[in-house]
Amino acid sequence: MKTMSIRRWLGAAAVLCWATALHAAGLQVTDDRGVVVSLPQSPQRIVSLLPSLTETVCELGQCHRLVGVDRYSNHPAPVRDLPKTGGGIDPNVEAIVALKPDVVLMATSSRGVQRLEALGLKVLAMEPKSSADAKRVMGKLGQLLEVSDADRIWRAIDAGVMAAAQSLPADARSLRVYYEVSTGGYAAGTQSFIGELMARLGVQNILTPDLGPFPRINPEYVVRANPDLIMIGVRNVQGMAQRPGWRGMRALREQRVCVFTEAESDVLVRPGPRMAEAARIMARCIGDKGRR
Amino acid sequence: MSGARHSLWLASALLLAAAAVLLLGAGVGSTGFDSVLNARTDPVAWQILWDIRVPRTLGAWVAGGLLGLAGAVAQGLFRNPLADPYLLGSASGAALGVALALALFGTSPFATQWLVRLGLTSAAFAGAVLGVVLTLALAKGVQHTLRLLLAGVIVGVVLGAGRDLVTIASPDTLQAMQGFMLGSTGFVGWAACGVMAAMLLVTVLVAASLGRVLDGLALGEATALSLGLPLGAVRGVLVAVLALATGAAVAQTGLIAFVGLASPHLVRSIVKTTHARLLVLSALMGGLLLMAADVLARWIIAPQELPVGVLTAVLGGSYLLWLMHRRRRPGGGL
Repeated sequence: MKTMSIRRWLGAAAVLCWATALHAAGLQVTDDRGVVVSLPQSPQRIVSLLPSLTETVCELGQCHRLVGVDRYSNHPAPVRDLPKTGGGIDPNVEAIVALKPDVVLMATSSRGVQRLEALGLKVLAMEPKSSADAKRVMGKLGQLLEVSDADRIWRAIDAGVMAAAQSLPADARSLRVYYEVSTGGYAAGTQSFIGELMARLGVQNILTPDLGPFPRINPEYVVRANPDLIMIGVRNVQGMAQRPGWRGMRALREQRVCVFTEAESDVLVRPGPRMAEAARIMARCIGDKGRR
Repeated sequence: MSGARHSLWLASALLLAAAAVLLLGAGVGSTGFDSVLNARTDPVAWQILWDIRVPRTLGAWVAGGLLGLAGAVAQGLFRNPLADPYLLGSASGAALGVALALALFGTSPFATQWLVRLGLTSAAFAGAVLGVVLTLALAKGVQHTLRLLLAGVIVGVVLGAGRDLVTIASPDTLQAMQGFMLGSTGFVGWAACGVMAAMLLVTVLVAASLGRVLDGLALGEATALSLGLPLGAVRGVLVAVLALATGAAVAQTGLIAFVGLASPHLVRSIVKTTHARLLVLSALMGGLLLMAADVLARWIIAPQELPVGVLTAVLGGSYLLWLMHRRRRPGGGL
């Protein structure tokens, strides 16, 4: 009789444990740090501290759940009116806590991650760097925000990139391109988001793959490689022609230089859902300046 | 005896000012004074007041205290008014530690898991201590002040170059690195506050108890030795104090400029006193300086924040300039 009751008690306890475990599970997402973030339900109040994450949330149609963004998030238009909570590297802890977010989306390299977690906030740290990352982040955020058609949205973006590639003439394939990311000679390597986009569009990067994503290269390397086309942001273009030996390069001589505006550079350098737009910007540049 | 009374007055004044700034600091932030008014009813306002503003203000005081103390120790130990806490390679070591941690982050699952557990704070502290150990190894101990100084400068330059190399190899960490170099008190919580406070207590007690040796050292090494002071052992302990105090502050707040250099000078410009008192007063002065800078940093362009390191340089620097301008007396104050 006694063993019977113990067994029954144990059985009841096991059922209870299982039920609480199931309930506690709620929503679980593993972030880029390998940390499993559990939430009782899909978050309704979100603070995003990285422009590409902000854009992904909005692309998933969940812009209305954002209650605060970092000072660099400027797209789409609705996020410009949201409270600004510092930058990704120097987040304003107090302002974020005051917004009472259910979850904070931010870069893994930010020092603020640990501090915000210590204050009891849920932090999902993700830092997309390549198009594969951007796809994965969109999947994760779709899971977090319980948006079922994240895959379909990504396929549409991908189709946009493909269409931009097909819009280019066949002879663009042999075009050799140099993309300068920032002054000081940082260039977009083949492993970077921009480099991947170039490859998708079918043009050649003058950098070899072994140089890594954003190598700092010698100006001489560019002169020697003599690219057919140079892509550069408006902020970095100053004094480019004065660099020793550059004036004689084919691209400068024939004025095959695409100077991107700040807004265009934002689209091109952020590994996020505006990838198709980035491909179109780049394709337009190749179409305009790349013809022989 | 009047020196002792002056020191006591200054200490009380610095503590009182710190208490006033702490109260002010509780009311200043991006959400304004509302958080204080609603603290009783709104749990989030209470959290902002008690878990964010109070620990960061106190943390700034403690970190400033550590830097002020380290500055006074460095200037006494090297008998050089330009010595600062970052002299023995701790700053460049900490920066290299952070640069490596940031660069390794995400390269392999193993490294990432490790770094998540340790955090940038531990990387910075380990780097700072390693920098000093390297300096000591290069100087073959602490016996020769000039050798130590030179080794510190060399280690600083070499580790700094190493940091630049690591950052250039992974330029996506450039921004995060810049954040560390400018210093910030915005991420200090109660845990960090406690760690730093414990370190401050130990280092102040140890350093102050060795003040007599620094007094003797001020008369020159030969005189100090002829007085029978145990220079070798004491130097070792003081270098350890310097390394630990600096490492603890840098790990939690990043490289905050000028507090360590300026605090002892500010104290000396007000009172002339023995090293034991100078060390304590420098800690109090450094604390007040960084605390005031922290409060101003979130006040001036609220709701945004300025990097606190920029403000400490402006505040401490302009006060020193004013002192130099006011005092025509050669050598006075500086």
